[in-house]
Amino acid sequence: MNVHTEGAKKGMIVSPIENGTVIDHLPPGRAVRIAQMLGLTEGAVVIIGQNLKSTKYGRKDLIKVENRFLTDEECSRIALFAPNATVNIIRNSELVEKRKVSIPDVVEGIAVCSNANCITNKEPVPTRMLTVCRSPVTIACHYCGYEVRAEDLRFRG
Amino acid sequence: MGFMDRDIVSIRDFSREDLERIFEVARRMERGGYDRGLLRGKRASLLFYEPSTRTRLSFQAAAQSLGADTVWFAGVEGTSVMKGETLKDTIETVANYADAIVIRHPYDGAARWAADITSRRVARGEKKVPVINGGDGRNEHPTQTMLDLYTIAQSQGRIDGLTIAMVGDLKYGRTVHSLAYALGMYGCRIRLVAPDQLQMPPHVLSYLNSRGVECTLHTSIEEIIGEVDILYMTRIQRERFPDENEYNRVRGLYRVTRKTLQPAKPTMRVMHPLPRVDEISVDVDDDSRSYYFKQAGNGVPIRAALLAMVLGGIS
Ligand SMILES: [Zn+2]
Repeated sequence: MNVHTEGAKKGMIVSPIENGTVIDHLPPGRAVRIAQMLGLTEGAVVIIGQNLKSTKYGRKDLIKVENRFLTDEECSRIALFAPNATVNIIRNSELVEKRKVSIPDVVEGIAVCSNANCITNKEPVPTRMLTVCRSPVTIACHYCGYEVRAEDLRFRG
Repeated sequence: MGFMDRDIVSIRDFSREDLERIFEVARRMERGGYDRGLLRGKRASLLFYEPSTRTRLSFQAAAQSLGADTVWFAGVEGTSVMKGETLKDTIETVANYADAIVIRHPYDGAARWAADITSRRVARGEKKVPVINGGDGRNEHPTQTMLDLYTIAQSQGRIDGLTIAMVGDLKYGRTVHSLAYALGMYGCRIRLVAPDQLQMPPHVLSYLNSRGVECTLHTSIEEIIGEVDILYMTRIQRERFPDENEYNRVRGLYRVTRKTLQPAKPTMRVMHPLPRVDEISVDVDDDSRSYYFKQAGNGVPIRAALLAMVLGGIS
């Protein structure tokens, strides 16, 4: 099976990759933040497509990253910003796995609580964020209870 | 859920049945006296990173009236905290020689973090040391909410079916947020009296709405004084207002005097978490409807009940 993502079909706006991950169906304007959150901006070859035409959603963003295969934990983090995303794992130009992302119940260690007076922002305490609502995706700090919409969640780094 | 070794961190961790159980134990202690042998040999450690006279004294009185001893500091001056010790290290250390830890801390979430630290010790084969939140930053003060509910029930014989007004700074006051959440478990009517810029935050209102609580917004005490069973006053802080004139105007509007109370029911009771500044005039103290000092006194039976329950003195 050859890999044809929607973006690639429409006049090769985004070129195919041999080995790596294609994160598709991201809401327009979210790709850069998601790439940053996953730490994809450090070293790896990353191709970001923005505002591509999508048959399902009108417009979409897309990320291709070479020689990097996302873990389940990373996929669930994507879901915080893009609940409809699909993750395509590609090896030797073949699509070997297509995953739907799902919203995690808990996000440990990587997020930052938006409450400046939270203990996690004052002392060396690993953060722990809980999904308290799935639509719209709302995240609360396990320690101080401060709630934010998932798209406003900030990450360390 | 049983109470042995349980952390008391957020009022939202407690069901109505849990609260009734706590009130029942507190009532029994208040009426029947405190058993000084109940917690003999137990030690409560009171870590007050911020001074709080009433909360610390009532925890200390509660522990001692059940025979437990207390070790404590109030204010971080002269402690290892001043040398930069983290909360984690302090808790890990104190947990070795305390059976329960009561903590008041300036940072939101500090009590939950302390509770997580003593829970992790269990995996290392140490015993769990329950943590009681005595107020964490602007976040929660669950034992205050418990004593508020206990006081409401004590003064009116019930909570269900009452009309309860909360007055003053409803936007920033953690006490009124927690009380509102707790009242969501009971069938009462809530009247929220505040200037527009200090009204209850939307997330609390939508919670009350989702619980089917009949809740209305008001800007003056006069609108509601005739119908309420409880008038819960809070302090309006100067720093919430950009200019002095606006602050003085609002402060005058939310001040209770004997005259304010004239249209109120004889069974109505005035509550306040204290300390007050001038939102309740001193002449109200002698009115039979004032209840705030009794409310403050209820800190002892409630905190004694909690200590007895988490330390296993009472199941
Ligand atoms: Zn927090």
